[in-house]
Amino acid sequence: MKRRILSGLNTILAALICVFIGLLLGFIILVVFSWSSLASKGDPYTFGKVIEQAWSLGFQRILLGGFYQLNWKIPPGNQALRSEIAKVAPLLLCGLSVGFAFKTGLFNIGAAGQYTIGAFGAYVFALVLGMPWWVCLIASMLFGAVWGAIPGFFKAYFNINEVITSIMFNWIGLYMANTIMYGNGSGVMYNALESKNWKLSIKNPGAIIPDLDVDSSIKFADKSTFVKAFTNPATIGVFIAIAVAIVVFIILNKTVFGYELKACGYSKTAAKYAGINEKRNIILSMAIAGALAGLGAGLYYLTGTEQWNPQENKALPAMGFDGISVALLASSNPIGTIFSAIFKSHIATGGPKMEKTLFPSEIADVISGAIIYLCAFMLLFKNKLAKLLGRLFLSGDAPKGGVK
Amino acid sequence: MDDYVIEMLHITKTFPGIKANDDITLQLRRGEIHALLGENGAGKSTLMSVLFGLYQPDSGEIHKDGKLVKINNPNDANALHIGMVHQHFKLVEVFSVLDNIILGAEDTKFGLLHKEEARKKVEMLSRRYNLMVDPDALVEDISVGMQQRVEILKMLYRDNEILILDEPTAVLTPQEIEELIQIMKGFAAEGKSILFITHKLNEIMAVADRCTVLRKGKYMGTVDIKDTTKEELSRMMVGRDVSFTVDKKASEPGETVLSVRNVTVPSKLHNNNAVKNVSFDVRAGEIVCLAGIEGNGQTEFVQALTGLEKTSGGSITLCGKDITHATIRKRALTGMSHVPEDRHKHGLVLDYTLEENMVLQRYFEPEFQKFGFIRKKKVRSYAQNLIERFDVRSGQGPLTIVRAMSGGNQQKAIVGREIDRGTSLLVAVQPTRGLDVGAIEYIHKQLVDVRDGGGAVLLVSLELEEVMSVSDRILVMYEGEIVGEFDPKQTTVQELGLYMAGARKQPQFADAAYIKKEGGDRQ
Ligand SMILES: Nc1ncnc2c1ncn2[C@@H]1O[C@H](COP(=O)(O)OP(=O)(O)OP(=O)(O)O)[C@@H](O)[C@H]1O
Ligand SMILES: [Mg+2]
Repeated sequence: MKRRILSGLNTILAALICVFIGLLLGFIILVVFSWSSLASKGDPYTFGKVIEQAWSLGFQRILLGGFYQLNWKIPPGNQALRSEIAKVAPLLLCGLSVGFAFKTGLFNIGAAGQYTIGAFGAYVFALVLGMPWWVCLIASMLFGAVWGAIPGFFKAYFNINEVITSIMFNWIGLYMANTIMYGNGSGVMYNALESKNWKLSIKNPGAIIPDLDVDSSIKFADKSTFVKAFTNPATIGVFIAIAVAIVVFIILNKTVFGYELKACGYSKTAAKYAGINEKRNIILSMAIAGALAGLGAGLYYLTGTEQWNPQENKALPAMGFDGISVALLASSNPIGTIFSAIFKSHIATGGPKMEKTLFPSEIADVISGAIIYLCAFMLLFKNKLAKLLGRLFLSGDAPKGGVK
Repeated sequence: MDDYVIEMLHITKTFPGIKANDDITLQLRRGEIHALLGENGAGKSTLMSVLFGLYQPDSGEIHKDGKLVKINNPNDANALHIGMVHQHFKLVEVFSVLDNIILGAEDTKFGLLHKEEARKKVEMLSRRYNLMVDPDALVEDISVGMQQRVEILKMLYRDNEILILDEPTAVLTPQEIEELIQIMKGFAAEGKSILFITHKLNEIMAVADRCTVLRKGKYMGTVDIKDTTKEELSRMMVGRDVSFTVDKKASEPGETVLSVRNVTVPSKLHNNNAVKNVSFDVRAGEIVCLAGIEGNGQTEFVQALTGLEKTSGGSITLCGKDITHATIRKRALTGMSHVPEDRHKHGLVLDYTLEENMVLQRYFEPEFQKFGFIRKKKVRSYAQNLIERFDVRSGQGPLTIVRAMSGGNQQKAIVGREIDRGTSLLVAVQPTRGLDVGAIEYIHKQLVDVRDGGGAVLLVSLELEEVMSVSDRILVMYEGEIVGEFDPKQTTVQELGLYMAGARKQPQFADAAYIKKEGGDRQ
């Protein structure tokens, strides 16, 4: 038991080290930018000033994320925080999607496409069929599931690598969804005036995920306060997403189904020997991964925070790929994914808050990019760490995976 | 004074929950063949991995040619001309033989691979030592015997002088073992020093100069082979007398459990069928052994029988039900258990814990699940029970990751798991592969118990000694056909050998479409 905890602790520690080094790298880049801007102005400057500027106009704001210049009372003051929270749900679900597939031995690089199709499904049911929000949510899941299941099917029956098929299905999904939604500029889903999809609040307010409406039940001093910020539709999405993460965790670790899926992931041949239907499992696993990504899109676009833009969204939604980094940072552990999604959303919100004239907001992306790279080296850290921890708390060192 | 090439002094190595090596000293003379003997999990592979730089000892020293050396990784070992063939081979399956041999020691010119010279050297070595390989074949397509030769060539290619062979003979046929022994003798005559792990005492007696014995991680002593006997060695290793014969009463076969009719299986390697028109029965209460030289269709037959591969003709009936095209799960539920030939590929999910592997064929049964949730406590106590009964040794008991277990203990776990399922038919392929003599004795007894309890056993074995002592009936397979049926009490190893080599065929098998007559008139 002690060893179990220790190994878990070890994984968390390794992730934290990755995060720390990633942040440090980001800070160093900011310092370089800061120095070059001061130097180019020709003013006399000191090292202290360079650091000071990199910190206060840049790094501090990344770290603060949505909390930067937070003002509970005035709506625009908590806009950033709300968007930060709203983005956690889709990030988390895309992370779960990638992580779940990964645990079962599949690399789901198709989360972006499944996310797109999930959004499409939600819009079809909300704008075309005028369905209530929960139906739309289910639709987004089902659409995503289908989009995940197809590459799974090809993998299971024709042994075509799921990476290739899902990349193709990413683009097929994107162009298909966009073409249908745009409908030559006059579709039921497309609002030519705003050149975006219709706002749900105009066309079908019932499709917006309801808020908890805590305000009326709890007597709180001020309507637009803290509570409000946490009970708007977007934030309910977060709670749903966290609940899903827990369910995924339970499925993977406690159920017969999870036992089978992981067995397939670790060893296809042994799973076959055990009589596990690996073809069915591959398809199911990809379908579930797709459903998770699709639900992520549903939880985002059904909040009304933002509308899909079929003309502008010509690149695959970054959410799907951010899901990969979120899953990596959490070593595909569903519970860990909750935290890595929050972290990712936090620094992504902080990035644009930096002084634009000095620092490009992409620094936030650089930081998360660096963290992903570091995660790839995580195994290395883990062995070293395990040794260190082992020496501190137990006698002997940890097993090296590959060596028998 | 003795001329030691390698001295490992007071080596101690701990793994979580277990002291794999506890103050072990091993001295290797120049030009000798030194056997390392010990029970499964005694720490042999660990000790060799320390010498090869895969593990760092907690304490102890290694001397090469009398000088203290530090071996931090296999590259250091290579630089000291130490090479190792692992218990489970470490070849890249999708690479060619040649690429595997030069991998890590590539010759480059201006940064480009320079394979011609490598090829020449490999060809020269394989001619000189009579190690036949096809340099251009992919490793995944060649037999284990050839893979072994590739591993040996890898060491020779790197000019290694100290060769570590970890259970090289466990996967070889008797013929290949004989060849390997000659090769080893040749190396020793040239002054190379060999560390040789095996569980087969006959091999030690045949080839080794000295033998070091370990027991549960401790050093028991080193003996000169010319002054010792098999019995003495096994006593040193296990701590008690081991019987090399199997006690059993005459079998009392009952109803037919398995009935195979005209089964044909296509081959993956050539256009011919690997199994041709095979028909036989196995009845309750008997152990039938499928004997033969490796590569004569036994593997393909068993894969078809157990559902891992498809048949192209014929029928298989188990407990009265036609299972010719049944899924693997269906076969298992109808009453078949299976100790597979390849424990790493099929038998175990290496990254699962021991307890998870113990229920690999049963996790879905009501005993181990409720409403789709795994009943962890039940799994734990069940695993614990099997571990005790079959003496599966590991660092952390049911929670050990199977990958970290010793090869023999992995095997014991599989055999225990399959025997305990208590199915009508047990298909066991090389069930004692890699086991120590004590464990072999125990497993043989268990097989006989299964039989006496009314189970049918189909044993596939390459070892004639095992075939002769365990089985009640022997079927010899040659080139995909059954060519003879024998009562072990009325035949000899020599006679079997003639049939296995294809020199003879019994008249009733001359007709390929032979179907067994009703009733057991051949008793
Ligand atoms: N990487 C590892 N991590 C943890 N424990 C290990 C590891 N390698 C070996 N062990 C443990 O150390 C002990 C000795 O293992 P080792 O593989 O050296 O045995 P062995 O003598 O080679 O046995 P066998 O004859 O079965 O191959 C075993 O109990 C095993 O569980
Ligand atoms: Mg071993």
